[in-house]
Amino acid sequence: MNDKKLETFSYDDSVVKKFAIATVLWGAVGMLVGVILAAQLADWRFNFGLEWLTFGRLRPLHTNAIIFAFVGNSIFAGIYHSTQRLLKARMFSDMLSNIHFWGWQLIIVLAALTLPLGYTQGKEYAELIWPIDILITLIWVVFAVNFFGTLKKRREKHIYVSIWFYIASIITVALLHIVNSISLPVSLMKSYPIYAGVQDALVQWWYGHNAVAFFLTTPVLGLMYYYVPKAINRPVYSYRLSIVHFWSLIFIYIWAGPHHLLYTALPEWAQTIGMVFSIMLWAPSWGGMINGLLTLRGAWNRVREESILKFFVTALTFYGMSTFEGPLLSIKSVSSLGHYTDWIVGHVHAGGIGWNYMFAAGMLYYMVPKLWKTKVYSEQIAKAQYWTATLGLLLYYVSMVVAGITQGLMWRAVDAKGQLVYPSFIETVDKIVPMYWIRLIGGLLVLTSMLMMIYNLYKSIKNAPKNVEEEEFQAEALDHNKYKNEKGHRKLEGLTATFTVLATIAVLVGTIIEFVPAFLSKDFIEVSEKVKPYSPLEVAGRDIYIREGCYNCHSQMIRPMVSEYLRYGKASEAAESVYDHPFQWGSKRTGPDLARVGGKYPDSWHYFHMKDPRKVIQGSIMPEYTWLFGEKTEYQVLTKKLKVLKSMGVPYSEEEIYNASELAKEQAKEITLNMADAGVPMKMQNKQIIALIAYLQRLGVDMKEEK
Amino acid sequence: MSILFLIIPFALLIALIFIIAFSYAVKKGQFEDLDTPAYRMLTDDEDTNGVKK
Repeated sequence: MNDKKLETFSYDDSVVKKFAIATVLWGAVGMLVGVILAAQLADWRFNFGLEWLTFGRLRPLHTNAIIFAFVGNSIFAGIYHSTQRLLKARMFSDMLSNIHFWGWQLIIVLAALTLPLGYTQGKEYAELIWPIDILITLIWVVFAVNFFGTLKKRREKHIYVSIWFYIASIITVALLHIVNSISLPVSLMKSYPIYAGVQDALVQWWYGHNAVAFFLTTPVLGLMYYYVPKAINRPVYSYRLSIVHFWSLIFIYIWAGPHHLLYTALPEWAQTIGMVFSIMLWAPSWGGMINGLLTLRGAWNRVREESILKFFVTALTFYGMSTFEGPLLSIKSVSSLGHYTDWIVGHVHAGGIGWNYMFAAGMLYYMVPKLWKTKVYSEQIAKAQYWTATLGLLLYYVSMVVAGITQGLMWRAVDAKGQLVYPSFIETVDKIVPMYWIRLIGGLLVLTSMLMMIYNLYKSIKNAPKNVEEEEFQAEALDHNKYKNEKGHRKLEGLTATFTVLATIAVLVGTIIEFVPAFLSKDFIEVSEKVKPYSPLEVAGRDIYIREGCYNCHSQMIRPMVSEYLRYGKASEAAESVYDHPFQWGSKRTGPDLARVGGKYPDSWHYFHMKDPRKVIQGSIMPEYTWLFGEKTEYQVLTKKLKVLKSMGVPYSEEEIYNASELAKEQAKEITLNMADAGVPMKMQNKQIIALIAYLQRLGVDMKEEK
Repeated sequence: MSILFLIIPFALLIALIFIIAFSYAVKKGQFEDLDTPAYRMLTDDEDTNGVKK
């Protein structure tokens, strides 16, 4: 090292340390919530009769905590740690790093407060309300500026493949989040997405699938390409394959969203695109898995000794299994069995626990000793953690696949006379409750393993020497003189970050300006004359349905299959949900589909069912919704709500809008009067349960089959 | 289904960004050497770093 142009620099590891600690703490919280949910499905009494802890409100907290808090913090820790080293540069701005860290933690805390209180957008994995959505966008931009700024001041000309994965993830997550979250506010805590029905479904699953792709997968693959070679101290099996892996994966991933909507009212051709691209994804995914696993070629014996490698190998194996199972489930005929069942729940946990948690554990065991200049406190605990987690994961996965396939087969069983073999839905639930108990044990084991890691890392850090000085490094500066004479666009091209951001913004702005008005005009939404907008009381009831997270267990989408026709009625059509902001098609049937529940039972059936489900259906696992019988319907805000809905194309008359509150009260009175014979007192008329009944009784009525 | 007018341009946009980024990266010589980056990343930090001050 003799060059005169050597520059001295250091890395900002303090932000990495913070993200690492946040990872394990939020990880434990997210898993604890998961365990509570698992218990609730095994025995409804674990809902504790508290509105804040019921399954429908808690499940979004679990998914958001695991995705954005646990995996989110882990990828930030890894990105901040590896990027600085790969680019031989300190992060662009320590201040931005800190804003990013604290801003992200604030978002998580806000999520943990709002979701149990019932403030939700009603879209899976995008439940957070609009002010938090804006905060997420801002913090993400801070992250992007910080990252691209570092890229600009790098001292290494070649960008290692990990960095490519980070770039793609940062840009795409921003795009997905913004497009999916556009909504018009009614108040600080409530807004309606601008998309409705089938449109909302398409945007939602374009987002939802790519949240898995570009939040849970591509950033972690980038980390994998850094930490696996590092841990084994060998170069990646094939750098060429890693580049092919990257470009083909990100190109194909974005199209696969519609595989979440197979056999729904989404047009056939869109479903086929989703299916075909999903199957294509198999190739790049396995290319990546093979590349990761073969990096260990000739060093497999070390997997026996080192728990870091155990975690990494298991993570890669589960990445491979999940990316095999994903395309499999995207085949229409397989989806017809697996969709809406616990098989999907098993699938995502194979990814979430097998890939994300295992990888994060390996990465932390590699990173923490280096950051704190210490050793892992106990290799024994790490090993015990590994086996506990693996056992828990296997119990979880196997029980869910068994439950899912069992229930899926029961739902579709039709006998020789053309009748359902299991006509009552509850039979198919009772059958799989034992599997829910096994899943609970699996979940408990995974949580235990997480706590073991927290203890192990805590002890490691505690044993670390105090007041270690920040290390300094030297490297040659990137020779910018070469590009000095470039002007105009050539110069812009040299500024990787600026170029990418400008191009994205340019097209984004243009597209929004061009298309948003198109959405706000009612000419663009197909309407069937039979389908009428919800009455004001039904709107109020629908918002309660969304608030309680009913969509977490009930779908509103009957697929065109014999067994579904027999069980639920005529297949759902796109026109039926044109006024649904947001759509509530759902993705899971822990309980039966509700698309045509309107008129199926008397009002009083719903009244008593919501109060105590087991009085009406023996063996039901649904929580009790007692607070709906105490809280009053908010009539005042209905005018504002209808106004917002009208601005998005729902055809309400001026009269309806201004008399919304009166109209709602009238309908509520009528419903309550209807139930007088069943013993429902008139004083209940202004309670939320009545609004909910109004909504439920409306579902699917407009286009019901005429007998 | 008019959402397709939005979602397909967005999907194409993202694909386009990747294609632009790809050809840009190729032009800048990111992929002309497919061997050393894999080795270099192993020597970039505290353990094995030859450039430590």
